[in-house]
Amino acid sequence: MSIASVFPQLEQLLPRVSKPIQYVGGELGAVVKDWDATTVRWALMYPDAYEVGLPNQGVQILYEVLNEQPDVLAERTYAVWPDLEALMKERGVPQFTVDAHRPVKAFDVLGISFATELGYTNMLSALDLAGIPLDAADRGDDDPIVLAGGHASFNPEPIADFIDAAVLGDGEEAVLEITGIIREWKAEGCPGGREELLLRLARTESIYVPRFYDVDYLPDGRIQRVVPNRPDVPFRVAKRTTMDLDAWPYPKKPLVPLAETVHERYAVEIFRGCTRGCRFCQAGMITRPVRERSITTVGQMVKEGLEFSGFSEVGLLSLSSADHSEIGDMCSGLAQQYADTNVSLSLPSTRVDAFNIDLAQELSRNGRRTGLTFAPEGGSERIRKVINKMVTKEDLIRTVVTAYSNGWRQVKLYFMCGLPTETDEDVLEIAHMAHEVIRAGRAAAGTKDIRCTVSIGGFVPKPHTPFQWAAMERPEVIDNRLRLLKQEINSDRSLGRAIGYRYHDGEPSLIEGLLSRGDRRVGKVIRRVWDKGGRFDGWSEHFSYTRWVEACAEVLPGFGVDLDWYTTRERDQLEVLPWDHLDSGLDKDWLWQDWQDSLGEYEQDDCRWTPCFDCGVCPAMDTEIQIGPTGKKLLPLTPVNSLRVPV
Amino acid sequence: MAKNQPVGGQAPVVQRIRLRYAKRGPLRFTSHRDFARAFERALRRAAVPIAFSQGFTPHPKISYASAAPTGVGSEAEYLEIGLQAEVDPQQLRVALDAALSPGLDVLDAVVAREGSLADRIDASRWLIELPEVEPAVAAEAVRAFLAAEEVLVERMTKQGRRSFDARNAVAFFAVTEQSGAPSGAGAARCAIIDLVVRQVTPAVRPDDVLSGLHVVAGLEPPVPPRVTRLAQGSLTPQGEIVDPLDADREDAPIGGR
Repeated sequence: MSIASVFPQLEQLLPRVSKPIQYVGGELGAVVKDWDATTVRWALMYPDAYEVGLPNQGVQILYEVLNEQPDVLAERTYAVWPDLEALMKERGVPQFTVDAHRPVKAFDVLGISFATELGYTNMLSALDLAGIPLDAADRGDDDPIVLAGGHASFNPEPIADFIDAAVLGDGEEAVLEITGIIREWKAEGCPGGREELLLRLARTESIYVPRFYDVDYLPDGRIQRVVPNRPDVPFRVAKRTTMDLDAWPYPKKPLVPLAETVHERYAVEIFRGCTRGCRFCQAGMITRPVRERSITTVGQMVKEGLEFSGFSEVGLLSLSSADHSEIGDMCSGLAQQYADTNVSLSLPSTRVDAFNIDLAQELSRNGRRTGLTFAPEGGSERIRKVINKMVTKEDLIRTVVTAYSNGWRQVKLYFMCGLPTETDEDVLEIAHMAHEVIRAGRAAAGTKDIRCTVSIGGFVPKPHTPFQWAAMERPEVIDNRLRLLKQEINSDRSLGRAIGYRYHDGEPSLIEGLLSRGDRRVGKVIRRVWDKGGRFDGWSEHFSYTRWVEACAEVLPGFGVDLDWYTTRERDQLEVLPWDHLDSGLDKDWLWQDWQDSLGEYEQDDCRWTPCFDCGVCPAMDTEIQIGPTGKKLLPLTPVNSLRVPV
Repeated sequence: MAKNQPVGGQAPVVQRIRLRYAKRGPLRFTSHRDFARAFERALRRAAVPIAFSQGFTPHPKISYASAAPTGVGSEAEYLEIGLQAEVDPQQLRVALDAALSPGLDVLDAVVAREGSLADRIDASRWLIELPEVEPAVAAEAVRAFLAAEEVLVERMTKQGRRSFDARNAVAFFAVTEQSGAPSGAGAARCAIIDLVVRQVTPAVRPDDVLSGLHVVAGLEPPVPPRVTRLAQGSLTPQGEIVDPLDADREDAPIGGR
């Protein structure tokens, strides 16, 4: 049975909505396959607007990996803005893919990548528009398997009611294994229907199917236990780790949008994982161990990615790019290769040391200078020990002064507010640091014409980190600290003028905190918020704190808990956490010890350069650190002297 | 031009090429800015030896003739590029067409001889499809429009709501014989309009003329009209539009316009 495109109906609505180009597809790299010539069909969703979702690496990689299989079809779908959502509901146009405009409900799997928990309400909008029952329990054999992935899926409990399954960790191999299970089940004539398929997925021991687990609660509201409700599924579900990144050089054919998006560049991951051990950083904890992509594979990917896409910017991505064992040769090699072109290279640089400036110098040799960003994260030496961000004030000043004396005029410093044990004084130290940066920078640069931007993010405790037990600070305390910080920055007029100040209010962080450490009961809050119109919670113009607080007040007392219970309450060592049955490889005892070390202001080294400290990941997941150096170099590119006809 | 070129500056322009391209089907929703970004990427994909402007932020040498509005299809968009090495225009056309998404199609390429593209464009021909509108009803509205001395219409601009005359710029306006089944699926009846509008200031766009039909005859299409620019160029006294690339072709007499 072929599936018709909904484009003729959609086309009638497009002249009436903003930026219609985001809904028409037609990107370079997009793949449209014959529906009937394929057996397993995936709709991949990034649950935010197209302009944010299209550049997402995870979706692009899985899209390409899946479409390389001859009998597999993968298309993409994104959150539609409220203007189009209203028209689609009015005219009965379903949630569609942008590739061939097929209705999402017709696919075998709807895979949703949650980089952040703030996409949960958008998932509900998409399911609703697709005509897929919001509650997984109400779905039938004709509905797709709704599968969550991305970092937020390391605690999918708040959306357990709405998803059929979740995958933790790297997706490249997982999507192929899931495809294989579906292919086989279909070939057998779909025995046992949806339930049997979910069971086959759960039996892999690395796909979490929430319906096969029951949660019991204690009278005080804490979780008593989470146990399988059938004998043939595992007690704990393990994360996936893709080893040997050189064997998975994706994206090879990046999607190049017609619409303007947040990142217009060819992005290549130079390594995955991070063992710097910043205690607030969920990404660094759940993506261990470090696996480097070799300098030669990176060079090849950049060359082919640029030729394919026509992008003029390359981003060398990772959680701490300057830590790649061959980053120096990689940057100078690429800078050399693209010296006479208008290609610009960027390295999201967060490490605070002078080496970063050398790299930035190298990369900006042929073009414009992008800004330099450093992330000390904490204002005082003390708080930096608490979060394990090992950088001294002297290091920072020296680094920034080097930048100013090498011609940079603008430096951005990134901090967090609301960290565990934080006091007003810790935050006010940010102002003193910024003052000193400007004072020393002016002396070094010999001009008053330098600037520094202080950007403050709200701390949100995340599952599978040492701070998973920590209490969040109340939004009014955060907001007051941010106000005091602003006053302190401007207490010296001359210095204050050179300092830009950006921050986020405490309220959205509190809700993010509710969603990231929530359990299944929080699902009812999400549902209530969505029923009342909650959409695009990552966008300040759409986010409503009041709506979330009201929904919590309506729903949570019935369970004997409240918003504070989830957010500003510190957990003790023995409490069963909602994600304890989901295995990131990190040993819970090690995490607890690291939490205690944090409170004692003890620092933890990086296992790439010091002996293993037993975080648990490598033995639990049967993985190991994969780092160079390979000793190889990037060779000069042959100049192109004739027109190229892309295929 | 290259007199004060700094050391290590950009290579000079040695050839200028003019292109005609189309925006078709779903890709008619590409805005001009979207197209410009896609075109610059296509130049890099096809390894076109584009020339760049001087200065700290060099820009590729591309100049566009007036672009069709977002959502309006076109068979006749024009641009000119400056190159730092000579290429064969036909090979360039093929390479660029392959480098752009299907639906953004490069149709023609000629080496620029003299004058400017803008000087050769003073009018556009538009095809307007009005699904679910009776051709006779549309014809009546068009007659009323043509009979008026002035048809004031309003449009939101960046400066706010503006009112201007849509009548005077219209050189030709008729419901065609082909009216009947629309190109899209669905509706049974469809009025098809042939419209020629002169370039004036403030610009009169096909949607302004359609607003004019509402003003003079209350015509309100039940579904959004589908508009395509068929031609751009200079309007002859006979009402034909001359392709602005014609004067650059090998067989065209130099200065013979």
